[in-house]
Amino acid sequence: MNNRQKISALSMMFRILKRDITVAWRRRSDVMSVFFFFIIAASLFPLGLGVDLKLLHSIAPSVLWVAALLSCMLSLPRMFETDHVDGTLEQLIISNQPILLVAMMKMLAHWVLSGLPLVLIAPLIGLQFNLNMEELQMLALSLLLGTPTLSLIGGIGAALTLGLRGGGVLIALLVLPLYIPVLVFGSGAVNAVTMGMSASGGVALLGAVLALALIFAPLTASYALKISVE
Amino acid sequence: MASTALNNSLHVSNLACIRGERVLFKKFSFTLYSGKLLYVQGENGSGKTTLLRTLCGLSMPAAGEVLWNQQNIKALAEDYFGQVLYIGHLASIKDDLSAVENIQFSLSLSGYIVDRLQVIEALDILGVARCADFPSRVLSQGQKRRIALAQLWLQDNPERIPLWILDEPFTALDTNMIKKLEQHIDKYVKRGGMVIFTSHQTPSFEDGLMQDLLLGNA
Repeated sequence: MNNRQKISALSMMFRILKRDITVAWRRRSDVMSVFFFFIIAASLFPLGLGVDLKLLHSIAPSVLWVAALLSCMLSLPRMFETDHVDGTLEQLIISNQPILLVAMMKMLAHWVLSGLPLVLIAPLIGLQFNLNMEELQMLALSLLLGTPTLSLIGGIGAALTLGLRGGGVLIALLVLPLYIPVLVFGSGAVNAVTMGMSASGGVALLGAVLALALIFAPLTASYALKISVE
Repeated sequence: MASTALNNSLHVSNLACIRGERVLFKKFSFTLYSGKLLYVQGENGSGKTTLLRTLCGLSMPAAGEVLWNQQNIKALAEDYFGQVLYIGHLASIKDDLSAVENIQFSLSLSGYIVDRLQVIEALDILGVARCADFPSRVLSQGQKRRIALAQLWLQDNPERIPLWILDEPFTALDTNMIKKLEQHIDKYVKRGGMVIFTSHQTPSFEDGLMQDLLLGNA
């Protein structure tokens, strides 16, 4: 049995991503529950606040962003947990690729499964808040730039709390304060548009936070993962 | 390919491992060469698993170092990991994936692609070919164990994977299967492979092949 091909780092990264998505697809309920949490949480406000369209319009950016933040956090504990329990994490750590790339792929998979669906559905939810086309576009754009950061920073929290009892609450305490800049810049960008100002500052800052997280989060998480299997 | 020309070495010098507050072992040294088996023995809790995990780079030793061909494995990192096959207590099998998918993924982690037919062939040797496409959650412990061990039949070229580290490979297997596994390990070692394993059953390998190592009460 020697006719095997050697595969590249890129190919292995793709395989990790594909496997995570396959596993999630076979357990659709996990992904769906987070998705519906976002829809329901964000829809409660229009229902509770009644017909004050002006008020709804002005709170829309913050409400949608907070809902996105919380639903993203709900799925964080799962990022490394199943791999930790069944021993796959050990194998990932001693694979012939740097653990940094592995951590990055796990975070990307998390975003594809929990961040991307929010980006796609958010404009539809935004309609309930009486947002116009321009505002909806900015909402989607800010989420597109912001949710990857949530997955990246969340990955650090997930890796640090791996194997701890009551890890779920601890993740919230660790990660939510770090989410504040994303929340501020993200909802700020949408707010700017609703007030007729330029949103370019907020968007640029979201991009900057994403770039920063992209550099530091996988690195930090990979160290945390190494410690967690010791 | 001259498979007899392999001369890798794993050298452990002054190794010490601490678990919590307890010193499991210290000032611990040995050397293992290609074509040799190392049988690690010891009571429960004597540090067998810790030793194995340290040797494959999962745990850091409290003192001392592990050298692969005279180079520290910490410095080699991925270059070393790519040459080792570690099968631990946990089978690293995803419940939602089938046996074939699980094995293909495990192998891609060590950098190789195998096609379905090769995997089925290996599963057939272990007598679990008919479970190839079931989701792993419906399988028994013994069957999962066999699926994890199927990697040994797919990674048995000592020139690519010169070192196997096996933690209790014989548990949950029936006598017939134990025999088969022993023969396979024997074949791999004679081709120049290096195997480190723990077991509570005394395995029957030829005398010249196997080194013993007793842990605990040191």
